[in-house]
Amino acid sequence: MGVDWKHKTIRACIGLGLGLGMSAMLATGAAAEGLVKYEVVDDGVPQSLTGKPGDAERGRKVIINRKQGNCLACHAISVLASEPFHGEIGPSLDGVAERYSEAQLRLILINAKAVFPDTIMPAFYRNDGFTRVMKKFRGKTILTAQQVEDVLAFLKALK
Amino acid sequence: MGLRKMGPNKRNLAVGAVMALMTLGLGVAAQAQEMIRRIDNPPPGHPLPEIISGYEFRAPETQALQDDDFDNPGFLWVEQGEELWDEAEGKAGKSCADCHGDPAESMKTAGAEYPKWNEKLGKPINLEARINLCRTENMQAKPWKLESEQMLSMTSFVRTQARGVPVKVQIDGPMKPFFEKGKKLYYTRMGQLDMACANCHEDNYGKRIRSDMLSQGQINGFPTYRLKWQKVGSIHRRFKGCMKQVRAEPFKPGSDEFTALELYVAYRGTGLSVEAPAVRQ
Ligand code: HEC
Ligand code: HEC
Repeated sequence: MGVDWKHKTIRACIGLGLGLGMSAMLATGAAAEGLVKYEVVDDGVPQSLTGKPGDAERGRKVIINRKQGNCLACHAISVLASEPFHGEIGPSLDGVAERYSEAQLRLILINAKAVFPDTIMPAFYRNDGFTRVMKKFRGKTILTAQQVEDVLAFLKALK
Repeated sequence: MGLRKMGPNKRNLAVGAVMALMTLGLGVAAQAQEMIRRIDNPPPGHPLPEIISGYEFRAPETQALQDDDFDNPGFLWVEQGEELWDEAEGKAGKSCADCHGDPAESMKTAGAEYPKWNEKLGKPINLEARINLCRTENMQAKPWKLESEQMLSMTSFVRTQARGVPVKVQIDGPMKPFFEKGKKLYYTRMGQLDMACANCHEDNYGKRIRSDMLSQGQINGFPTYRLKWQKVGSIHRRFKGCMKQVRAEPFKPGSDEFTALELYVAYRGTGLSVEAPAVRQ
């Protein structure tokens, strides 16, 4: 039942669409108020949003927290097997650091739609371009720049 | 079980036995009907490759609770609705029964046909709005609040009369623009999480989102008793909950937007049996 998710075909888009169109382009979000400026180079964001590496342990907490990353809503992660209920909407994140570079993973976190155009995955570091956002979340990003880097530090260990 | 958990309703306990007989009576008649819960070949142009009732996505324990009219806690509201049906109210001194007679006859299909076109208002109205029109115009009584016990009871009662009847809403003629508006809303990404109804209920039904198995978000089981709510809730309450989940500012229950969305979602479930009151986790 259900539609098979299509990450194999979509992964090819990174090479095609992004590689062609987005080289060294400033992300639209960067202009938005309150966001740390970042630069998209090829298919990733090479520079840390905070200028320093994240903390994997804090990242683990963000990933689990239902009001923050809530990544387990959609993804299974074997090393977090002690957490109940891993979702099936997205691919398992096991070995994800082997499939993507750090820069690619950072862009996937910042704005997954830049990589997977029609994805259901939320953009964790974007604060504009949305419709009917609830008042208390208006103009805000889901995660802070620091939290993005922390999650990234956790993902980088998934080899 | 369920019944005693319902709260401080003394009648529950006092008339438990009577109620058991009544609900069983109702149940035997209705459950004997064949329930259509899966349509493998939807009509041309339908957005889904298969149309499946939310029932099919639930755990066996939850299904069992729905299947047995005595265990199904939603029947408390059905029974309260049955009593309200006969109660005269308002300046006209009339009850529903005074105009509509035997509900098993007069309400046999209504529960499968809403939202329906209303000529006077020039727009489709849902069952709740129809009931409130009857109250204000025909009974000269006050309208019920949308999520009130009375409204939930009456909609539960009326929809239960149509149990087993396939959902069929009008979408052509004057309904067309409202249908299109509902469809647009269904596919519009909203909220900080930027998701449309379709992202969850069309693209990912049958998959788990955390502990919940995503269904097609069909509405043939409403009003639905939710264990989480500890009561029955309306279609618009559920819509509101889904919008809040994605951090979107919900439309108002009873609004034209939610009514258009209800029309469109009802259409997506064309052919499924009405199975109110459904039970959900
Ligand atoms: C609502 C669902 C949802 C949520 C929440 C979500 N993702 Fe995703 N994610 C997806 C889907 C679906 C894909 C696959 C891309 C596609 O086809 O849309 C994906 C792809 C990915 C990928 C690429 C994986 C691969 O093997 O191609 C990474 C990395 C990722 N997500 C990380 C995360 C992290 C980290 C979080 C939380 C901070 C998160 N996701 C939250 C749905 C989600
Ligand atoms: C983030 C995912 C998500 C989005 C987006 C979403 N829903 Fe839901 N919806 C759920 C979950 C989870 C449930 C509970 C399990 C189920 O029945 O799918 C649910 C349940 C429902 C139900 C109850 C189904 C039943 O059988 O009782 C309806 C109706 C519904 N959704 C309609 C909608 C509509 C209309 C929209 C858009 C306004 C929407 N949903 C958007 C996740 C979502």
